[in-house]
Amino acid sequence: MADENNDTIAKQLDTGFSGLLKKITTTSNAGGLTTGLFTLASSLAAVVIALGICAVLLAVTGKDPWAAYTEIVKTGTQSNQLLEMMKRATPLMMAATAVAVGFKMNLFNIGVEGQYLFAALMASAIGTQLSLPAPLHVTAVLLLAMIAGAAWASIAAVLKVTRGVHEVISTIMLNYIALSVIQWLFENWFRDNSLELNIKTKALPVSGRMPDIVKDRLGGMFIVALFVVFLYWILVFKSRFGFRLRASGLNAGAATTSGIGAKKMIVIAMLISGGIAGLVAMQSVVGEIYGYGPNATPTQLGFAGITVALLGRHHPIGIVAAALLFGFLDSTSAQLQLAEIPSSIVKVIQAVIVLTVVIVNEASIRWLNKRTAEQTAARLVASDVTAGVSA
Amino acid sequence: MSTIAPTLSPTHEARPTTGLGRFFAVRRNMILTVGLTLLTLMSITRLWTDEDPLTSSGTIGTALRLTVPILLAGLAALWAERCGVFNIGLEGMMILGTWGAGFGAWKWGPWVGLLLGISLGMFGALIHAIATVRFGVNQVISGVVMNILGFFGARYLSDLIFTGEQGGGVSQSPQQKYGIPKFDTPFFAGGELFGWKTPDFFGWLEEKHWFLLGDIGGIGKGLTVNLSWLTVLAVAMVPLTFWILWRTRFGLRLRSSGEHPWAAETLGVKVNRMRYAGLLVSGGLAGFGGATLAIVASSYYRQGQTGGRGFIGMAAMIFGNWRPLGVTGGAALFGYSDGLKLVASSSLPALFLFVTLVAGLMLIVSLLRKKMITVLTAAITGALFLTAYLTVKEVPESLTQSVPYVATLVVLATASKRLRPPAMAGLPYRPGEGH
Repeated sequence: MADENNDTIAKQLDTGFSGLLKKITTTSNAGGLTTGLFTLASSLAAVVIALGICAVLLAVTGKDPWAAYTEIVKTGTQSNQLLEMMKRATPLMMAATAVAVGFKMNLFNIGVEGQYLFAALMASAIGTQLSLPAPLHVTAVLLLAMIAGAAWASIAAVLKVTRGVHEVISTIMLNYIALSVIQWLFENWFRDNSLELNIKTKALPVSGRMPDIVKDRLGGMFIVALFVVFLYWILVFKSRFGFRLRASGLNAGAATTSGIGAKKMIVIAMLISGGIAGLVAMQSVVGEIYGYGPNATPTQLGFAGITVALLGRHHPIGIVAAALLFGFLDSTSAQLQLAEIPSSIVKVIQAVIVLTVVIVNEASIRWLNKRTAEQTAARLVASDVTAGVSA
Repeated sequence: MSTIAPTLSPTHEARPTTGLGRFFAVRRNMILTVGLTLLTLMSITRLWTDEDPLTSSGTIGTALRLTVPILLAGLAALWAERCGVFNIGLEGMMILGTWGAGFGAWKWGPWVGLLLGISLGMFGALIHAIATVRFGVNQVISGVVMNILGFFGARYLSDLIFTGEQGGGVSQSPQQKYGIPKFDTPFFAGGELFGWKTPDFFGWLEEKHWFLLGDIGGIGKGLTVNLSWLTVLAVAMVPLTFWILWRTRFGLRLRSSGEHPWAAETLGVKVNRMRYAGLLVSGGLAGFGGATLAIVASSYYRQGQTGGRGFIGMAAMIFGNWRPLGVTGGAALFGYSDGLKLVASSSLPALFLFVTLVAGLMLIVSLLRKKMITVLTAAITGALFLTAYLTVKEVPESLTQSVPYVATLVVLATASKRLRPPAMAGLPYRPGEGH
């Protein structure tokens, strides 16, 4: 009799527990969608808050925020502005993807800036020396850029795995070293001496140029950028390699225990990140100025890429959306200046948006965790009570 | 216990236990030995190569002016990391500092400019603190955003305020009417005392060009002549930082928040409050550094004036092993190489000989101590720099700019085991989570 009783209690306990487990897993599965929506909602809320903060900023400095925002919207809805937005989003997408690859491995690649500038110089300098048929030539230039970017990033990777130098510090230093090295290489070796003004490297031959999608409005690199983001999605979210990468990033110790070499993953992730970074200025190299020029090649895209990656939460769709949003904001700056609103407000708005998004994100995660913990605790208490009653 | 106490007491009495006395007592020997050795080697280099600008008062004076902003940025980084927060956003806070100083000094005079620069730096730090301490945002992310915000915020404000003014524009403030007074130190550099012109002791020594004494004269005069009060104030931040962080209760609490916040928490330290305080001081110092650029090094705010000095300051901090005196050393090294480049770039190759000599001395010392790895490093370094000295006749301007950054990477890669950063710098902390 006693045994039987014990058995039933055990059974009840068992079903109780499995039931509870099932409940937790199912709710958390359903919660996956809720969390997704929650994330989206909190991001949008953050953007609204950020616009509010900037409105206050504008008002305090004596500008009419309403006028500024309507100007942005008005400019943005003009049809040619759409192409301008996509054009400006192109390098941002690639820079953001480069940052995101590193981030998935828990690596903070602040060095995109140095990597892409170094790559732009090397690809233009070597690219002009090649003679290949058209499609191959462009491809070769892009490949060169990727190799150069990866090579520059590899310094930080090697320093990290062999000497334990934190990649944030080393990539910051390497950004400045890159500027020096580029200037030296350019002045001594790669400068086209026939040019007096607008100095740059020897122009790429026609075979090494990327055709435009819309003449002079949108370069072919836009497609390449979308393709890079797509590859990023496949590689990081859908492949075995990506699983390992994300696993090492989430918990290096656990990943190592299950046979994933963390050091190897660091090196590979950094090389991929640097390789993608190499493409950032390629729109300008193969599509606009056909070479590298210290004053012509765009700068600061690496840091812009970090903000885009953060805003897009390192997710492919998020990155594209965030790059388009920032491209849109950038494209309105000229019109704003005409309306006597300093165009730098656009960059300030971008920075404030990113900061609010990360803060709101952090706050909402804390709130969610707290809620989950409370609910789980409540359930456990409840199941304790049921178990106690049946006993 | 009673038997041990008497034997200990003499040493205790020999060292003053509080304040700056102890600071120097502990390190006096080390500072003296290293300093004198380097000075001797420098003097040998100067006489060997006949490059008097190496230690002339002109070079040292310029070096001092270039050191000060880096030093302040380095101390700013130190304060932030000691309380447990990375401050990648230093550059942005410095930019806000240059803007505030440029604006304030143009409108109301240099001292108001200084205060405004410091306040704007602190404002930047407050944003960083709210994001990282209050909300636990990744400190690197917040720092990167701060840099962008500082740069474009300053540009936006310039566009609003300076555009249309005489000499001002979107990237520049109008010229200031007057600067902060400068002085020559009496008796050392021939300054005036109540209208009486005192003897110029260091200047007299410098002109003799004697071995060692000539160098002391040059360095001494460089450090005492034509000094801005702002420079004096800035240099005073080094002992002040040391005293506050290592000799006061507040400093101990602040550092414990950077080493082991949960342990500090159990002792009743309000860790987050400490981190706010550390970051605000950090931002203030960064703003101060920016202000020296806009008020002492020039007489207006200009876009890009900081030129990465926030990051060089971080490099100086790493170089100096997260200690005030070390930061000073790192900043002085970077400032000196900058100053020499500016005053007498033709003397730069002589520095290769200097490094060769240092490496040679290290080689001998490490051979005697039988430290084979150091022997090898010293030998390779010496050989490299000797070749550089013999072959390079002109150092390319573009490459010398990267000296601080390369030096930092070399230090991090070779001496990372000896570096001792605060244990929790860069990691998030929430009260009550340490179980």
